[in-house]
Amino acid sequence: MQRFFAKSGICDKPCFMIVELGHFALILAFAVALVQAVIPLVGAHKGWRDWMVIANPMATTQFLLVAFSYAALTYAFIVSDFSVKLVVDNSHTLKPLIYKISGVWGNHEGSLLLWVLTLTLFGACAAWFGGNLPATLQARVLAVQSAITAAFIAFTVFTSNPFTRLAAPPFDGTDLNPLLQDPGLAFHPPFLYLGYVGLSMSFSFAVAALIEGRVDAAWGRWVRPWTLAAWVFLTIGIATGSWWAYYELGWGGFWFWDPVENASLMPWLFAAALLHSAIVVEKRETLKSWTILLAILGFGFSLMGTFIVRSGLLTSVHAFAMDPERGVFILMILAAFMGGALTLFAFRAPVLEAKGVFATVSRESALVINNVLLAVSSFVIFIGTMWPLFAEMLFDRVLSVGPPFFNMAFTPFMVALAMVLPIGAMLPWKRGNLTRTMRPLWGLAVFSVAMGALTWALQTGNSPLVPIGLALAVWVVLGSIADLWSRTGRGDFGGRMRRLTRLPRADWGKATAHAGLGISVFAVASLMGWETEDIRVVQIGESYQKGAYTLTLQSVDRVQGPNYVSTMAVIEATRDGRHVATLRPEKRFYPVAGMPTTQAAIDYRIMRDLYVTLGDPQDNGGWAVRTYIKPFANWLWFGCFLMALGGIFSLSDRRYRVAAGASKEPRAAVPAE
Amino acid sequence: MIRALTFLIAVALAVPALAVQPDEILDDPALESRARDISAGLRCLVCRNESIDESNADLARDMRLLVRERLVEGDSDAEVMAFVVERYGEYVLLRPTTDGINIVLWIAAPVLFLIALGSSLLYLRSRASAQEPTNSGLSPEEEARLKELLKD
Repeated sequence: MQRFFAKSGICDKPCFMIVELGHFALILAFAVALVQAVIPLVGAHKGWRDWMVIANPMATTQFLLVAFSYAALTYAFIVSDFSVKLVVDNSHTLKPLIYKISGVWGNHEGSLLLWVLTLTLFGACAAWFGGNLPATLQARVLAVQSAITAAFIAFTVFTSNPFTRLAAPPFDGTDLNPLLQDPGLAFHPPFLYLGYVGLSMSFSFAVAALIEGRVDAAWGRWVRPWTLAAWVFLTIGIATGSWWAYYELGWGGFWFWDPVENASLMPWLFAAALLHSAIVVEKRETLKSWTILLAILGFGFSLMGTFIVRSGLLTSVHAFAMDPERGVFILMILAAFMGGALTLFAFRAPVLEAKGVFATVSRESALVINNVLLAVSSFVIFIGTMWPLFAEMLFDRVLSVGPPFFNMAFTPFMVALAMVLPIGAMLPWKRGNLTRTMRPLWGLAVFSVAMGALTWALQTGNSPLVPIGLALAVWVVLGSIADLWSRTGRGDFGGRMRRLTRLPRADWGKATAHAGLGISVFAVASLMGWETEDIRVVQIGESYQKGAYTLTLQSVDRVQGPNYVSTMAVIEATRDGRHVATLRPEKRFYPVAGMPTTQAAIDYRIMRDLYVTLGDPQDNGGWAVRTYIKPFANWLWFGCFLMALGGIFSLSDRRYRVAAGASKEPRAAVPAE
Repeated sequence: MIRALTFLIAVALAVPALAVQPDEILDDPALESRARDISAGLRCLVCRNESIDESNADLARDMRLLVRERLVEGDSDAEVMAFVVERYGEYVLLRPTTDGINIVLWIAAPVLFLIALGSSLLYLRSRASAQEPTNSGLSPEEEARLKELLKD
């Protein structure tokens, strides 16, 4: 591209005009988005086909324009164009290339552009793969999606322009926040955004269906893959964020109930509720208005999350923007879309008549309970997150709502969810019989409780946390396996095994994701209940005991990194005289940003993590060292991975693939022989 | 030379690090574990959403030392909490109190759950007793009109 511009004489090398072109492309995309938000709606209303189908090429155009704009900004970061303010504030010539690229979204303006890019990508996907949607529905979906895009481009261009130039460019940048210069955090935001923004697609489908006045099984089938994809992305995003906090913040915490974390957990819970209730719409044509409401609120919580992060209203570890003007703008977007959608919902919901009749004991009812638990737990997090603001504004009380509250208020819902999950998952549709469903499960229930009791008897201390967590986990995991096994019907073992491999991928997805939840529950319980810590001063050459391990501080050296200096200790861990691991905890200092960071050294094992951080040098020549044994820490990430994998299995189920490709790519005709 | 200098600066600047320091730890393990529990429930005033137990800030260290000081002098956990709250305000409590309007926060979860459960049970019962729509769900008038239209 550079060569092209150089040849064409537009600019010299390196091509700095690309930034202006990117800026221009973004504004052009805004114009396209505005048109796309109106024309297809009118077309769908009047039944003018060409006004409807114009949405497809426009969605593609929008995506290409924003992608160019994003590429232009990335280019400015890669070539370190310090005449761009954003690059100066968030980059440095010495920074490794990968963090130059991730630096694009490691700040408010750039991350908004990424947000817009994802919005247009999802819109374009709906245009590319939505060929089998009814023309009016597709046109309306694309129009609503485009309205959201237009609002966010306006937000970007008018309040947070990433392309702002500096009149006097400095020689070098001020570097990206060192905490963000890390592979875990480099990929955490894009996944989170794919998740947040994926929910915009469910929202667009919900609003389009309300305008249309029709929600049927087909609608349920179309909206589910988008929700599922959004949920998978959110799961990955939250898990990478949590993993990052675990190894980067220096004491191995994985969840802090920080407003910003809550902002991502709330849409996750809503997406989980939505993808379950969409099954009911798809299979049984009931819970329609509730599902629509969930889709609207799910995106509402995404926007709320954005508002919380961007406004800096509730300050927290991650907030990188603290500009009230931006907060007000987001609040306006939130009010406009939620107000509009909910008003539409109030008028149209009565039209959506439920079809399927079901007994009180049935899969439908179980999924309603699932939705109640997920939605209420999400609202509880919402209330807890907003409470300090509320109390200060209305009652003039400055207070905090921290982890103790959230742990107490949120945990019971998850416990209840885990308890009913295996039963609900195996109840038949329409009319169930609790005695019959429970018959294969009683044994598992007794076994799980016995495992919990055994754990309680064997552990030191009498905290019930881990025994309960373990019992629930065993119950959920074995329940998922029992569910899968029960789908193979009757017959001999070999026949059932064969059928097991031929089960629909959705069944595998369901079992995998549920088992993942169980494993995560156990890991959280064991980290909270069984973690042990040791803080001490260690002289160089000195050994100390932690659990079954003997740790020896061998040396502390200075190491020069690409854009930091590091104080690195070498600690050897042995067990019964045998080498286990060499740990290298670091304290880094980033001179440009003027910030120290802690790099924990972790020996990852299946049963435990050995986690060591290096503290300060002491007056007597020793070093402060913290050592933790974190039992089953890896199981948390593994559980999250299983949940995401389960979602991917479900997403690849035949019924979605067939639906997605049906009209677009007719099978190649088999030539007659 | 420059590098050595940067290193010195690094060490100097990086002084506040790693939450609880070895020199803060009390000799009595029972007292120390009480101190840790209390600190986990107190918010560091200058940090963003960190407890004083996790925080690296100097103020957090002062507060940790204060908590330990009170414990050594024989205060109960509640007395220590009350002392800190009196000094720094309600804001330091990570677990909000239940007095005044805060009671709404605490009962929000059970109340919301009961409402949601109650209304969903009502809904489930209505679905169980509902009739499967035999037709397209049209009223008799609409049905008649549909017949009219279909005649043409």
